[in-house]
Amino acid sequence: MRRVISVLLENEAGALSRVAGLFSARGYNIESLTVAPTDDDSLSRMTIVTHGSEQVIEQITKQLNKLIEVVKLSDLTDGHHIERELALVKAVAAGNEQREEIKRLNDIFRGRIIDVTDSTYTLELTGNSEKVSAFLDTLAQFEILEVVRSGISGIGRGKRALKVEEKR
Amino acid sequence: MTGADVLVRCLQDENIEFIFGYPGGAALHIYDSLYRQDKVKHILVRHEQGATHAADGYARSTGKPGVVLVTSGPGVTNTVTGIATAFMDSIPLVVITAQVPSTLIGDDAFQEVDTVGITRPCVKHNFLVKDVGELAETMKKAFYIATSGRPGPVVVDVPKDITNQTTDYRYPDAIAMRSYQPRTKGHGKQIAKGVELLLAAKRPMIYTGGGAVLGEAHAPLRALVDLLKFPCTSTLMGLGAIAASNPHFLGMLGMHGTYESNMAMHDCDVMLAVGARFDDRVTGDLEKFSPGTRIVQIDIDPSSIGKNVAVEVPIVGDCAEVLEAFVQSAAKRVDAIDRAAVDAWWRQIEQWKAVDSLAYTPDDKVIKPQFVVQKMFEVTGGDAFVTSDVGQHQMWAAQYFNFEQPRRWINSGGLGTMGFGLPAAMGVQLAHPDATVACITGDASIIMCIQELSTCKQYDLPVKIINLNNRYMGMVRQWQEFFYDRRYSHSYMDALPDFVKLAESFGHAGMRVDNPADVEGALKDAFAAREQLVFVDVVTDPAENVYPMIAAGKGHNEMHLKPGCGAEVERELA
Repeated sequence: MRRVISVLLENEAGALSRVAGLFSARGYNIESLTVAPTDDDSLSRMTIVTHGSEQVIEQITKQLNKLIEVVKLSDLTDGHHIERELALVKAVAAGNEQREEIKRLNDIFRGRIIDVTDSTYTLELTGNSEKVSAFLDTLAQFEILEVVRSGISGIGRGKRALKVEEKR
Repeated sequence: MTGADVLVRCLQDENIEFIFGYPGGAALHIYDSLYRQDKVKHILVRHEQGATHAADGYARSTGKPGVVLVTSGPGVTNTVTGIATAFMDSIPLVVITAQVPSTLIGDDAFQEVDTVGITRPCVKHNFLVKDVGELAETMKKAFYIATSGRPGPVVVDVPKDITNQTTDYRYPDAIAMRSYQPRTKGHGKQIAKGVELLLAAKRPMIYTGGGAVLGEAHAPLRALVDLLKFPCTSTLMGLGAIAASNPHFLGMLGMHGTYESNMAMHDCDVMLAVGARFDDRVTGDLEKFSPGTRIVQIDIDPSSIGKNVAVEVPIVGDCAEVLEAFVQSAAKRVDAIDRAAVDAWWRQIEQWKAVDSLAYTPDDKVIKPQFVVQKMFEVTGGDAFVTSDVGQHQMWAAQYFNFEQPRRWINSGGLGTMGFGLPAAMGVQLAHPDATVACITGDASIIMCIQELSTCKQYDLPVKIINLNNRYMGMVRQWQEFFYDRRYSHSYMDALPDFVKLAESFGHAGMRVDNPADVEGALKDAFAAREQLVFVDVVTDPAENVYPMIAAGKGHNEMHLKPGCGAEVERELA
């Protein structure tokens, strides 16, 4: 079972390593993990994508909650939610034909060309992981120099929000 | 006030009696502050592992947090075993570790180690103090976190320059943390459901663990057991929460638990688990664990509930508070219990008891270790704190010393740390200067922290060390006998010291006993020596094994009984 867990934690040095350490110590999977401070700079928000049985996922959320620095968490996959991932791709784009074809495919996926040299394009694409993977599959026919994927950031749909009411 | 003074003031304001420690370069400012006061007594150990175990023994026997102070680098790494020991058994410790100056952190400085990193997986929480102005609040948080919720060790790493900088001292009375708010009060509806299920049981079983001791739940637990008259058992860590003499108590369960406890766990229809975590040494093979049983589990740590075994009624809360609610609710409805069914259940249990799974064959030539523990119990009248190390002697202590009170049985259950017993006994003795404190140990374990005999001398700690000396790492030898075709690979303790002379060289009394007829007399003499540490080296049967036993991968109903013991009864039952 694939799960997307959003975690609000104290924006303190070492908090990330506690989460990462928990996953490795207890043998839980991490497919991806993203983290950055929020609008409240005392808090960081983390999105963890993981796999496991129902029992394992329950333990993961309980163990995360047990970390002293974790303020709140929510399993986004329990409800409707949106996932987005950013990919940066640097591809060899030499000669008109190749440049045109990459540009055409990039347009189809609604990507953006964010850097150009006479022999390369750097593309930016945002979407859910499936879309990003499909984009990369499509580009595989060309010579790819670098791929950078950000891992998923997630948010619940509708009014449901993961936030802390009062500031410390 | 300097950071060092702040640190010591915090300890004073927490009413800390003792800290266990060992000085070193990075800790010198703190040691200087300690020198200039006399409220907090520092106990100088001989190895930092001893400091953590001593603080741990102090905490286990009092319920108050144990405090440790060590220097950076090796001072810290030496504490790791003790911190992990406390972590596995949920013991509140505050471990203050000195660190190299902030400016040198990350430079591979002399005696530098990444303390926060190295201890992270075995602490409840840890802190690196980066600003002297935050030191007092950090200490308050450390004590709060260590002692509240499910207790555990907290490390506070303090760089040397911080201990020399000055700040105003203000120690908060209380602390509120948005990210840490342990729940103590059980959910009313869940409690009602739990009581309902328990009262409806035809074959009930109450299974209690270390949480019942740590949560001071013995009084309501005893009240509940006496009210319902249901059978109960305890894990190694929970012994004493229910008095061993309680007629409803079936003895310890698990790998070396009694036959009746394990069979009752297997066959019960409703189980109430109190502060117990379904550890592998308790459950045996999870696939075979208590099939079809409906489980009510009370624990203060949500992650302990449903971790290994599916639970029908989870109740997150303080064991004592929840059990009080259970007693109140059940008291009005004891009539709902199906007495006929429960009586039939008790008759079944009596049959299992008749197997007499703890029987052993006495011998008049070789000293049986079980006999020594039984004699210890008789000689002390059971009025003693007993610490142990890890292995066969630990199991015999748990099986044959009948603990009537909580916090009297002090051992490393989770981590299984050899070397724990002696330093833990020091902490217990300091906390209870007039009490009898015995350390039941073995020839392999005692060597692991033997240096603490020196600390015992310095502080006149009259601990009684009962060394069940079988010249083997007994439990390792036992497994090799059973599962490795008697290939005793490296489990024989060649070249053991003369323990009597060893004890004497540290300034203590030593005796050696090798005749069963002399055991009682020697123990009487040892325990009569109120002012002195006595090391009683008892030469025991090297071939003796711990029975009964559930081998790895087996279920509760597949116990391995002592050869000859209960064979007829088993046939009868089959």
